[in-house]
Amino acid sequence: MRTGAVPGRSTSFLKSLGIQWRVIRALLMREVITRFGRHNVGVLWLVGEPMLFTLGVAALWSAAGMSHGSGLPIIAFAITGYSSVLMWRNSVSRVNSSIQQNFNLLYHRNVQVIDVFLTRIILELAGATGSFIVLALFFTAGGWIRPPEDLLTVVQAWLMLAWFGTALSLTIGAATAYSEIVERLWHPTSYLLFPLSGAAFMVEWLPPGGRELVLLLPMVHGVEMLREGYFGSSVRTHYDVGYMAMCCLGLTLVGLFLVRDAGRRAEVH
Amino acid sequence: MIAIENVSKSYGTRFGPRMVLDRVNLTLGRGRNIGILGRNGAGKSTLIRLLSGAERPTSGRIRREMSVSWPLAFTGAFQVNLTGLDNLKFICRVYGVDWKPLVPFVEEFTELGLYLREPVMHYSAGMMMRLAFALSMAIEFDCFLIDEGLAVGDARFGDRCHVELFQKRKDRAFILVSHDPNTVKAYCERACVLHEGRLHQFNTVDAAYEFYQAAAVPAPTVVFD
Repeated sequence: MRTGAVPGRSTSFLKSLGIQWRVIRALLMREVITRFGRHNVGVLWLVGEPMLFTLGVAALWSAAGMSHGSGLPIIAFAITGYSSVLMWRNSVSRVNSSIQQNFNLLYHRNVQVIDVFLTRIILELAGATGSFIVLALFFTAGGWIRPPEDLLTVVQAWLMLAWFGTALSLTIGAATAYSEIVERLWHPTSYLLFPLSGAAFMVEWLPPGGRELVLLLPMVHGVEMLREGYFGSSVRTHYDVGYMAMCCLGLTLVGLFLVRDAGRRAEVH
Repeated sequence: MIAIENVSKSYGTRFGPRMVLDRVNLTLGRGRNIGILGRNGAGKSTLIRLLSGAERPTSGRIRREMSVSWPLAFTGAFQVNLTGLDNLKFICRVYGVDWKPLVPFVEEFTELGLYLREPVMHYSAGMMMRLAFALSMAIEFDCFLIDEGLAVGDARFGDRCHVELFQKRKDRAFILVSHDPNTVKAYCERACVLHEGRLHQFNTVDAAYEFYQAAAVPAPTVVFD
């Protein structure tokens, strides 16, 4: 249980939640100004940066003909694929080593390690979500892609990806507090996971043995679901929300436990 | 009341764990104060980190029944890309205090002028210190942690800090750590000495001073034999 700011006694759960929200809001504003400044377009870069990445990837994939003759519209394929990678990859990268970088904030008793993590996760997820929405609207308005067939499934898939991104960030972010080896390993791992994550292929295109293997990765289920919602009956998808939810739940529990323990072990470096 | 109960803290080093604080006990009532004397490396700052909650004890526990400040005039938590005013807003948001009524006090106390709205990275050490002290006074606490914070700045600034802290807030508790017995003598009603991980308590500041001079000063080593 958290201690209240000025009264300094143990506080109720609801009050703690209030303090936590207040602290995260304060951290969000601090982080936004720190990262994007007040110059030029400022906070719009939060959405602009992932947008540029996604646009670049969409252009490259169009040139390379990555839809493998499946007849899928390549731009929509690239936007759904690359945006979902951003959901789990960027937040983990931002959270890594954030305890060391923000140790001095812990002198303020209300600021805890989990707040620092959640702030960065929220910002990354917001950026990726904004970029996905803006790009989808832009290309739809221009008539280059069709609007999603089933918006509700798209939203559900997106929320699942956000949950996965959050849980993975908590786990890996906290683990970097134990050993910097985790961070060193994360870079090659995220690089290798990208082509396996379902962003650049449909599970349907793989041989049955390959499908089973690749479906062990939770994020593949999220991307498949996203494409089911986007392209509807024109694609055959393979996913299991229950499996993905179980993985996310497990990761969340491990993540929360590690974050709490990392907070107790946090020390000046 | 704050109670430090059997608190130990050890840090991992390349040569195994090193005990910095060894079963330390201390109680401080509301409105009371204490000075903690210790040489460089005696564990004073470690104790401050534990008291402020930035780090947790390896064993033992700290009970806080009053609100405890962050270390007075601590500049480490400044985000240097942000302006002085942004840093004030941040602190206020974290502690749930409205920042607007505090601006006149901070402007007046820091004498930063236009620089209050400039990034902190453009500040001199003295400006940074004035801002840090003003922010410490902006949030009201029952107990202030003072880590030799008063030793810095010019005499005028020292006087103004003195008025804010020891006159306007003389009803508050504080814990002052220092290597300088004169500081402790000047401000504290009670003193103890951190020496080799143990906290030695005394009834009077003078007794603590004597112990500090005698025991805590390393015996002269014979360099040439």
